[in-house]
Amino acid sequence: MENNRRNFLKFAGVSVLGLGSLSLIDGLTSDDVVASSGQSPEATFKKSKNALTAKRWGMVIDTRKLNSQICRKIEKACHQVHNVPHHEDKRHEIKWIWDTHYKHVFPGKQDEFLAERLKELPIPVLCNHCANPPCVQACPTQATFQREDGIVMMDFHRCIGCRFCMAACPYGSRSFNFRDPRLDDAIKNENTEFPTRMKGVVEKCNFCAERLAVGKQPLCVEVSEGALVFGDLEDPQSEVRQLLKENYAIRRKQNLGTNPSVYYLV
Amino acid sequence: MNDKPKIIIGLIIFFAVFTFPFWYNHGAVSSAPEPKLSDKAKQAKQCVRDTEFMRTEHMQLLDEWRDTVVRDTERVYEINGKEYNASLSNTCMECHTNKADFCDKCHDYASVEPYCWDCHTYPKEKK
Repeated sequence: MENNRRNFLKFAGVSVLGLGSLSLIDGLTSDDVVASSGQSPEATFKKSKNALTAKRWGMVIDTRKLNSQICRKIEKACHQVHNVPHHEDKRHEIKWIWDTHYKHVFPGKQDEFLAERLKELPIPVLCNHCANPPCVQACPTQATFQREDGIVMMDFHRCIGCRFCMAACPYGSRSFNFRDPRLDDAIKNENTEFPTRMKGVVEKCNFCAERLAVGKQPLCVEVSEGALVFGDLEDPQSEVRQLLKENYAIRRKQNLGTNPSVYYLV
Repeated sequence: MNDKPKIIIGLIIFFAVFTFPFWYNHGAVSSAPEPKLSDKAKQAKQCVRDTEFMRTEHMQLLDEWRDTVVRDTERVYEINGKEYNASLSNTCMECHTNKADFCDKCHDYASVEPYCWDCHTYPKEKK
């Protein structure tokens, strides 16, 4: 056969067609790998039968029932069960729930003649689980997100440690792991049922989501001797709503529009 | 072609260096490790899913667990009428108490470094 351009092109065209159809035949004859992998249809996820549910979880802190002993107990219990590391250096401090004075809890509500009782009283502060959370808006990876029940949760798997959420939170409720929490014996008596965090992620109170899932109240509420009450803010029959109905309550930095879910009875 | 000897010597050196990893590792190839089951896992016989599935797709399963637990708040994994708490530390490691012999063996062989253990705990092994 004469070796010219025309014959070459014909030959090349047929070859490409032939090779291309090979993969087609291969795809048709092989087992359907995609269908056999993945979840089998009978595997499902659900909530535990005991799980506590609400439209919007909230907390009422009754400062009239508080004293420094209870505050210590709350902080200790929470930090113990959530493997919150204790660093000697203040700059590395990690806090989920802690207590401070009225003037720091409610700046802007400082009356000249404040009730004597409130001046030195330790008041517990924690993540307010705002209905309009600025941290969630700031998070670039959606590691911080709002659950359907109002809890502002952190997905530590997704946190990249940018700390935008810390800048956005007006309550300083978030802490950054500058150091590996597992080093230097910072976690004493590790709770093996709850994970630790790693260096470079932000952490904060999770309203004991892991306890609510098995039907338990948050631990701080449990050890607070009645000073902290937890419940559904959207349910008019709930204990928190009853308390709010009967008492005047204030919230932290309400004028910022974050709509906190933690109320304080003063 | 006056440099013929130099070129040939250069080529020999080049091939020696280039193929170094092959002949250096020749014979050192170990067979794929067999993960060792703990006594508890042996007794249970059946994992959450069948062995074949767990062997090839435990990472996808764990990935799904983590997203469903953290983001969808559904912590119970139900399959074949059985319910499991979807938790690496509290369910998987409950049976597979031997991380070094069970997880690490294959992960080391396959040279993968899952970062699960940066945060999730595993039972301390008695040495």
